[in-house]
Amino acid sequence: MVNLEIDRVSVRFALGGATVEAVNDVSLRIRPGECVALVGESGCGKTVLASALLGFLPGNAETTGSARLGELDLLAATDQELARTVRGRQIGLVPQSPASHLTPVRTARSQLEEAARVLGGDAESAARRAGLLPEHLDRYPHELSGGMAQRVANALALVGDPWLLIADEPTTGLDRDLVDGLLDEFRRLADDGHAVLLITHDLAAAHRIADRIAVMYAGRIVEVGPAHEVLDAARHPYARGLANALPERDFLPIPGQPPLLTDLPDGCAFAPRCAQATALCEERPVLTDDPHAVACHVPC
Amino acid sequence: MLTGTGITAGYREPVVTGVSLTVRPGQTVGLAGPSGSGKSTVARVLALLHKPFAGTVEIDGEEVTGFRFKAAQRTRIGVLFQQPRLSVDPRFTLRRAIAEPAGDRVEELADLVMLTGDLLDRRPHEVSDGQLQRACLARALALNPRYLICDEMTTMLDASTTAALVGVIRAYQERTNAGVLAISHDSRLLARWADETVTLSAPPPR
Repeated sequence: MVNLEIDRVSVRFALGGATVEAVNDVSLRIRPGECVALVGESGCGKTVLASALLGFLPGNAETTGSARLGELDLLAATDQELARTVRGRQIGLVPQSPASHLTPVRTARSQLEEAARVLGGDAESAARRAGLLPEHLDRYPHELSGGMAQRVANALALVGDPWLLIADEPTTGLDRDLVDGLLDEFRRLADDGHAVLLITHDLAAAHRIADRIAVMYAGRIVEVGPAHEVLDAARHPYARGLANALPERDFLPIPGQPPLLTDLPDGCAFAPRCAQATALCEERPVLTDDPHAVACHVPC
Repeated sequence: MLTGTGITAGYREPVVTGVSLTVRPGQTVGLAGPSGSGKSTVARVLALLHKPFAGTVEIDGEEVTGFRFKAAQRTRIGVLFQQPRLSVDPRFTLRRAIAEPAGDRVEELADLVMLTGDLLDRRPHEVSDGQLQRACLARALALNPRYLICDEMTTMLDASTTAALVGVIRAYQERTNAGVLAISHDSRLLARWADETVTLSAPPPR
């Protein structure tokens, strides 16, 4: 069985005069049968990491580190290698706001059948697995509700039977029943031996299906561990603050704002907002190497 | 009081039929219901952005006679939408987006929503959804609305930003006694945020 081994990946964008440090030194392993949630606020680098894995970064991006899928390093692979062996075949992507990723002038069926033909899958069974009825497939994207468009995107991601599914904010804009149904589908996929990387700002969604949660702040993973431990006994002050901000908990915001990715501090990026920060925090903390890892000098 | 009475509204076909809803000054009313139940349509009618087929809207005892650009009372109601990115002109800096209604009060409003100076000179694509929604809130509060309608305002936001924006709105209500209509499909959020919640039922299958 292959794993995805993300090892010290950094992504930088050169903008006129400034460098955006979007992803910094991220390491993460994803195994078959496992659902990992990557959690953090919008703009913290989650989507950039996913784009890097699939070779979807714009031309001004510079990457370092490696992301090994079996023998292949996804970051070093050519676009042709990715297109022929990885995208849709080994890694399926459920993009953010799926309705805008469907071709507006073709029915869901026509798009799904094309993908099935190219990737060598079966359109009917992929549609069934994603919870679509045959009559839904004859609709054009503008005739699909948000929930249905999401299912079409799932079917498209699954039709080539990839072992890893990356779902980027799949729950945004869906009501709670649809969200729960969708998440349970992802969980079933993991239980069937697929791997799922769920990218989300929704802690409740992560808690529902993830085996492990990785919390990202300013492009870095600051805490990663078993889902219930990260949510109920967070060790990083940011992860703790995020969990406590949930409406069913304290409903209080973390004071301050995240730093600009063009101007990250040398030390801990969270220190300026952190009540527990000490002089130690002027030096950058390293992510520990245990099952519930944290990058903090003074963990909770 | 912001009152909708017997609202029937939609787009060619009605989406909601005979909905009545009241928001009192100082109060926060939640509006819940599944996808397609017409929450956003009710919000657009009460925000005077959409003309209902039938029914009346009253603001502080005054019946509304014109909707959209014909609505004289539009500025008494502030609106926040689900997707801040679709609600701000992409060519504007955040400062200019807030200044459109606010004039020279930009700094004061930016302080209120905790947007720091450097971010104000960026354009929408250079900030996160959370930062952009903060700017939209500053813009919505610029004309001191008597009522604020928040249509899935927090969908794109993480838990901390959600709590922060709700906190800003609550502080505004305490200061001005404004009424708030909070639309969300997140029942845990409404349970914490709203004083009472109205639930629209699912639409009949088509």
